[in-house]
Amino acid sequence: MAEATATQGEIRPLVPHLTLGETRDQDYLNGSICKKCGTKYVGPRLFCGVCSSDGPFETVRLADTGSVYVWTIIHQATPYVQAPYIAAVVDLDGGGSVNTNIVGIEPKPENMRFGMRVKMFTEKVSEDKEGNSYIAYRFKPIEEGQ
Amino acid sequence: MREVAIVGVSMIKFGRYADRDFAQLSAQAVLEALKDAGMEMKQIEALYSGNLYQTSGSGQRILQQVGQTGIPVVNVANACATGSTAFREAYFAVASGAYDVVMAVGSEQMGKQGLLGSRGDPATSLEGRVGSYLMPAVFGMAGMEHSRKYGTKQEHFALASVKNHWHSTMNPLAQYQKESPLDEVLNSRMIAYPNTLLMCCPTGDGAAAAILTTMEKARQFTTQPIKVAASVLTSDPYTDRDLTLPDINTLTRNAAKLAYEQAGVGPEDLDQVELHDCFATAELLHYENLGLCGEGEAAAHVASGVPWLGNKVPTKYEEDVAPFRDKTYQPKTKAVVNVSGGLLSKGHPLGATGVANIAEIVFHLRGQAGARQVEGSKVGLAHVIGLCSACTIHILQK
Repeated sequence: MAEATATQGEIRPLVPHLTLGETRDQDYLNGSICKKCGTKYVGPRLFCGVCSSDGPFETVRLADTGSVYVWTIIHQATPYVQAPYIAAVVDLDGGGSVNTNIVGIEPKPENMRFGMRVKMFTEKVSEDKEGNSYIAYRFKPIEEGQ
Repeated sequence: MREVAIVGVSMIKFGRYADRDFAQLSAQAVLEALKDAGMEMKQIEALYSGNLYQTSGSGQRILQQVGQTGIPVVNVANACATGSTAFREAYFAVASGAYDVVMAVGSEQMGKQGLLGSRGDPATSLEGRVGSYLMPAVFGMAGMEHSRKYGTKQEHFALASVKNHWHSTMNPLAQYQKESPLDEVLNSRMIAYPNTLLMCCPTGDGAAAAILTTMEKARQFTTQPIKVAASVLTSDPYTDRDLTLPDINTLTRNAAKLAYEQAGVGPEDLDQVELHDCFATAELLHYENLGLCGEGEAAAHVASGVPWLGNKVPTKYEEDVAPFRDKTYQPKTKAVVNVSGGLLSKGHPLGATGVANIAEIVFHLRGQAGARQVEGSKVGLAHVIGLCSACTIHILQK
């Protein structure tokens, strides 16, 4: 299968709740709403853990802006990740919360505040042995007045 | 349901045992518990074995060391609440009338392996690329949620480490028995803000065991039977962020409410608590979750001196604590917290922890805890939480 390794790999989302567009500026976070009870989930769902049903679910596009609920600065990271970095939970405008890295800001406690406004972008973060690329989302602070 | 009593307990010194396997560590705990109860292996009618890494057959492998008597064995895995869940199964076996004398063992051999190792292909791992899912991040953020609500400072969390590390110097079974003043805690290597290295529990190896029987039969074996006044297990109810940020609070609150009802006591009746301080941040959250103080009072509570042995900050740490003391705070409870040294110093061999907490409370209720003895302790609570997510609470009474 020497030919297979020579072909160009696919571009894949690192997580199922990221939908890829033609170009990176068309990427967006997806969610699903349980039509039975209205619970909004981040990413695709087959079953609802709130109303114990199989939906059905409506797939929706989630906001690309939100605010930082909580954050931490990771200094002891898994080997392939550069530390320190900011890990956070972001509450998206209109509902849904996601785990993410906050970038574009020095990872120091004095630079962070609860409720900080942030905006999503996507970028390639890794490549596997078959040459497939993986795209992840990150958030960066929205400059004041923007 | 029959009233259940603990008639034997043990905990081996937690640490690193490169030359032994988990079954040998457990065997030592089993023999010590049998000796404590004045029993022989053939009197044990069923075994409940908690071990997280040894997912299958842990109890049978322990019996291969100390006596293959052919009894039923149930192997339990329930995250960090593994050992305490095994204990709870043993409790129900006696309470229900199924068996009269049973044993719970908790064990783990973690070695020096950290918890940072990547699982699977690093190319497709989310860790560090889409936030962090490791325990230091989860408990860092859980602490920051408390800071967001109440303005809790890193120093407040760090005081839990100062306290528990001090307590550990009086516990010969603790993995670490080293004191650490506040500046040493704060200046140790940062792991995940606000938790520094000295605000995180270590990994390690260990085992603990407990023998349970009916209160009626207990006096055949001991003059000091310890009553299991409450045994509660909860899982986490749905919250809006719980698929993102594990909620370690609600299930503990639910468990505490049920446990206090079952035992017919309140937080003000507790003389001591062993709670799940896997990180210093967690200890403060659980003060409020267990009702040891009011909402938003955890920082004032740790600085008040109440959770320290003797309900008082020792003179040598007075200077560290004084700047963080709230003079208007009126404590309504008296429980000393984590007098064993807590997970922060005693260590946290995952499956062993839940049984070891119970053993610690039993040592005190019998007056056998040596230098760290909580004077006149009559009621103690043992709390464990594991992600995602299980919480056990046991209330023990003299």
